[in-house]
Amino acid sequence: MSLQRFISQAISPWMKSGPGPDSDIVLSTRIRLARNLKNYPFPIFASSDVSEQVLRHVSEELSTIPAGADGALELLKMDDFSFNEKRVLVEKHLISPHLAEHSRHGAVMLSPDESVSIMLNEEDHIRMQSLFRGFQLDEGLDFSNKLDDCAEEKVTYAFDEKRGYLTSCPTNVGTGMRASVMMHLPALVMTQQLNRILPAINQLGLVVRGIYGEGSEAQGNLFQISNQMTLGKSEEDIVEDLKGVVTQVIQQERSARGTLMRSSRIQMEDKVFRSYGLLKNSRVMESKEATKRLSDVRLGIDLDLIHGISGNILNELMILTQPAFLQQYAGKELSADERDVRRAALIRERMELEKENEE
Amino acid sequence: MICQECQTRQATLHFTKIINGKKAEMHLCDECARDKGEQIPGSNSYSIHELLSGLLNVDQISGNNEFKTSRAEPEPLVCDQCGLTYERFAKVGRFGCAHCYKAFDAKLDPILNRVHSGNDRHAGKVPKRTGGTMQVQREIEKLRESLRTSIEQEEFEEAARLRDQIRELEGKIQNGEEEA
Ligand SMILES: [Zn+2]
Ligand SMILES: [Zn+2]
Repeated sequence: MSLQRFISQAISPWMKSGPGPDSDIVLSTRIRLARNLKNYPFPIFASSDVSEQVLRHVSEELSTIPAGADGALELLKMDDFSFNEKRVLVEKHLISPHLAEHSRHGAVMLSPDESVSIMLNEEDHIRMQSLFRGFQLDEGLDFSNKLDDCAEEKVTYAFDEKRGYLTSCPTNVGTGMRASVMMHLPALVMTQQLNRILPAINQLGLVVRGIYGEGSEAQGNLFQISNQMTLGKSEEDIVEDLKGVVTQVIQQERSARGTLMRSSRIQMEDKVFRSYGLLKNSRVMESKEATKRLSDVRLGIDLDLIHGISGNILNELMILTQPAFLQQYAGKELSADERDVRRAALIRERMELEKENEE
Repeated sequence: MICQECQTRQATLHFTKIINGKKAEMHLCDECARDKGEQIPGSNSYSIHELLSGLLNVDQISGNNEFKTSRAEPEPLVCDQCGLTYERFAKVGRFGCAHCYKAFDAKLDPILNRVHSGNDRHAGKVPKRTGGTMQVQREIEKLRESLRTSIEQEEFEEAARLRDQIRELEGKIQNGEEEA
């Protein structure tokens, strides 16, 4: 398979439709709603028969709900996939590791552009996720609400006046909503300001996580900020609070980028072009190094230092260079060493594609 | 409920004591219960946790200040829909079904408060189809709040407008119930 075709199948269509608002810093916005059916035990404690029943009932009822622009939801059952194929869905952020590895009669319903994914028999009966380019929390909430209303016309939710939408884990009860924003924050990391900002964000009832790797070891300077609390506040208030914090972080990142460019432009250029050179020429590359270099190049694009490369290259290669994707592209299982060679080759090829497109 | 001894802390222990044939209800906080514990003969063998874990019944057996303590066998808390025990819920950290929330209700407030920064009540969306009149009732509550403020501030025109709005919504609920 040609790389171009592989990429076109690997990258979700919603990601390719151009940059979203504040896309120099915010890569994507995600809203996830956890819902359960009223009259069935939650998946973790359900028998295999009950889980199968839930899968049949929900997938039938939701098959006709409108999920975005074109076409119906497609049902993918976990039992029909190989281990590596499931990992690919995880690497694309379309399903959770829990659904891939631990669910019984687990499945996902995907919209044609893959911006909507509805997991069935995950920790909760239904987990609806909608993804948006850039910083679009209000649009995201609005869309999720409509999707939820459509689903609620078809299936009866477990809902309680006092506790709200009832979920398997007490940390999700109430709204069942997790709103999150994926941010690229290289300048705040470089200037060591992020360590100061993180505790303040945590105090506001929000959590910051590295997307690849945990804690301060976050790779690629990619962070996800999301709400921790789901009970006692309305969806609108939760989103409003998150929006306020993300807006501030965006401003701080932009101002840190400005400061860096004014105080040490040549060092910034060196850093960015050095990484660019490594990505274009390396023959062996570990995933940790790849994410670091990709982050540098993406920063170079956003600072207008590197021209002729799509900003999408970071999001794309972040996904394409994950282990399951590399194995799928190779069409076989690969050892860690083989993966590092394949990764370097794929990145080089991808960079070449950019040049061709430019010409 | 406030502790009847110190009149300051929240009462966490509630039991009935019989003194000289007369029933007396006791509502005590942890600390006062510990202090009092020494005054209840025979209760020294109970730790404060045991005291709290169940209802303590103090029955009179003889004479004036002679007491015998007996504790009701603690009933294991269990969801009658899915069979999950509270003990297992506490271990796994996951509910078994929607009904577990009702079955363990008495114990959930402190847990939810800890997880959700001091909140234990839902304040968000209500399902359109199955949420019933809740959405309207919330609206009415909000309007009543505004009504109180506008009366306090002697804005009587506004108050009259709010009162009409409340009546209209209340009418809607009644009609809805008749239809159902
Ligand atoms: Zn007291
Ligand atoms: Zn239960």
